[in-house]
Amino acid sequence: MSLILLAEQVLNGLQFGVMLFLMAAGLTLVFGVMGLINLAHGSLYMIGAFAAAAVAGATGSFLLALVAALAAAAAAGALVERFVIRRLYDRDHLDQVLATFALILIFSEGTRWVFGSFPLYLNIPAWLSGPVMLPGGIQYPMYRLALIGVGLAVALGLYLLINHTRLGVRIRAGAADREMIAALGVDISRLYTVVFALGAALAGLAGALVGAIQSVQVGMGEPVLILAFVVIVIGGIGSIKGALVGALLVGVTDTMGGLLLPPLFALFMEPSAAATAGSALASMGIYLLMAAVLVWRPLGLFGVRT
Amino acid sequence: MSERSFNALVLLGLIAFPLWALWADEPFLITLATRAVILAIAGVGLNIALGLGGLVSLGHAAFFGLGGYAMGILASHAQMYDPIMTAPILIEGTKSMPVIWLVAIVVSGLAALAIGALSLRTSGVYFIMITLAFGQMFYYFAISWPAYGGEDGLSIYVRNGFPGLNTLVPIQFYGLTFAILLIALALHWQIARSPFGLALNAARQSSVRAQTVGIAPFRLRLIAFTISGMITGLAGALFADLNRFVSPTMFSWQLSGEIIVFVIIGGVARLFGPVVGAIVFIMLEHVLGGLSDYWHIYLGALLLGIVLFARGGIIGLIAGRGGHG
Repeated sequence: MSLILLAEQVLNGLQFGVMLFLMAAGLTLVFGVMGLINLAHGSLYMIGAFAAAAVAGATGSFLLALVAALAAAAAAGALVERFVIRRLYDRDHLDQVLATFALILIFSEGTRWVFGSFPLYLNIPAWLSGPVMLPGGIQYPMYRLALIGVGLAVALGLYLLINHTRLGVRIRAGAADREMIAALGVDISRLYTVVFALGAALAGLAGALVGAIQSVQVGMGEPVLILAFVVIVIGGIGSIKGALVGALLVGVTDTMGGLLLPPLFALFMEPSAAATAGSALASMGIYLLMAAVLVWRPLGLFGVRT
Repeated sequence: MSERSFNALVLLGLIAFPLWALWADEPFLITLATRAVILAIAGVGLNIALGLGGLVSLGHAAFFGLGGYAMGILASHAQMYDPIMTAPILIEGTKSMPVIWLVAIVVSGLAALAIGALSLRTSGVYFIMITLAFGQMFYYFAISWPAYGGEDGLSIYVRNGFPGLNTLVPIQFYGLTFAILLIALALHWQIARSPFGLALNAARQSSVRAQTVGIAPFRLRLIAFTISGMITGLAGALFADLNRFVSPTMFSWQLSGEIIVFVIIGGVARLFGPVVGAIVFIMLEHVLGGLSDYWHIYLGALLLGIVLFARGGIIGLIAGRGGHG
């Protein structure tokens, strides 16, 4: 196996990881601040992708499509928070799971109703398509490189937002003690709507960005949602830093497992059996990683007991 | 109406409806009722973890699917006359339901023990996410393991046999599944009033208080989770036999969600909750599914309404609160 292939796969793992981070960041923020488990986060990812595909189809502009994805997902998030989620903060997790499961059913079937069952396609814009030459003679698709850039930029932006702005102070205070900051005169329900919409916008952005390399279809959000759960279990719930580290770990483990395990098994098995056993084990790789982290640190790498 | 008389009514309906369908010569309705009963068994299994133990498992499809694949693998080897393994000991496939059930129960029980031992190190939201993730692990494994059909699943030609019955006759197979449902319900009832069940309930209500009186919640929960997985696994084997087909869909997270939905629509921790929930779910699927291809929207709206406004489920609405503290 050549080093170039290995480097490409590491980059693919990073790209996958930062997109998972966009999903996981919203989930972990919503959980950290409001104590809510939101299964419908994957639906917001799907809404972003569909909004982007629809706007790109109508206008031909990729940037407008991204803006539409952000706006549609944030608006859907704010609406859902206002009319459904708000009633769930004081409920137990079982009620939250069920209500957000119900939201998935409504969003998925609603989208199928409007757009039909056939997948839509979102094209990579001309100015981002084609390969770039990286140092070391690695050819890598420009678009995927751009995704890594966007993901890291969002991570930096979130860090600045949470640690260096007034809104960030309120978010951290809200996570620590919601009664106290309400008593200090912060409009807590508006803060919650803003946080929820922010998480939703990140999910919508991820959906639109990934939609250009995969197809845009109903049900695309849930597999990513479950991976994002794995990410925040590994990273520790409520921790943005944990979400970033967990996402990169999961992304790299997943791509490297598929690449490395079959040849590894071929060392002591016949090639065809090694290929099936290797790829089957690779499909379980990130869950085994999660199990290992759980045994070692039940609260995740950066989790704190609350 | 008291909960007890409502339960009796449900049981009576489960006996009368298929007999009526037999008389009216509607074998499809008997099959529909069989589906409801099998899903109810899966729900009764989950209810032991969820209702009695307070463990919100979003990964019970793992056990349902394992039961299904236990049936699929054993039966497909038997129909090809191809032993599962020859060395070091000869293991052959089988078409006998009791053997398949035993294997399904043991395999899903072992899986539940392993998943439970890992997931129960945590609680709350972590537990929900981890069970969901482990369920998904089995899903992807089933898809990527080509020996038993991979993504396409596995069909068997003839339904497996039970001594003394012709399982191909719908009403006889229904009777078999109904008997298993009764056994599962009896088990739930027995557990709920046993010292073990009471301790489990105490640990659900307050883990700290249970610990101070010398109850170790982890072991109780692990046992409850394992029993729960075993029953759901058995339901999976029956479900696969009903369809004569198993596929990775049996492992899908939607199925885990639906099993929870049965329990909640009916009423958490109520003996007949999952039974009522599964019946209502199958009725909705049949009636709404006939009206619109998008019936999941109505199901979602109904579920949302129940969660937000009618806590306690259908039995809670009819029999009033109480039973679940």
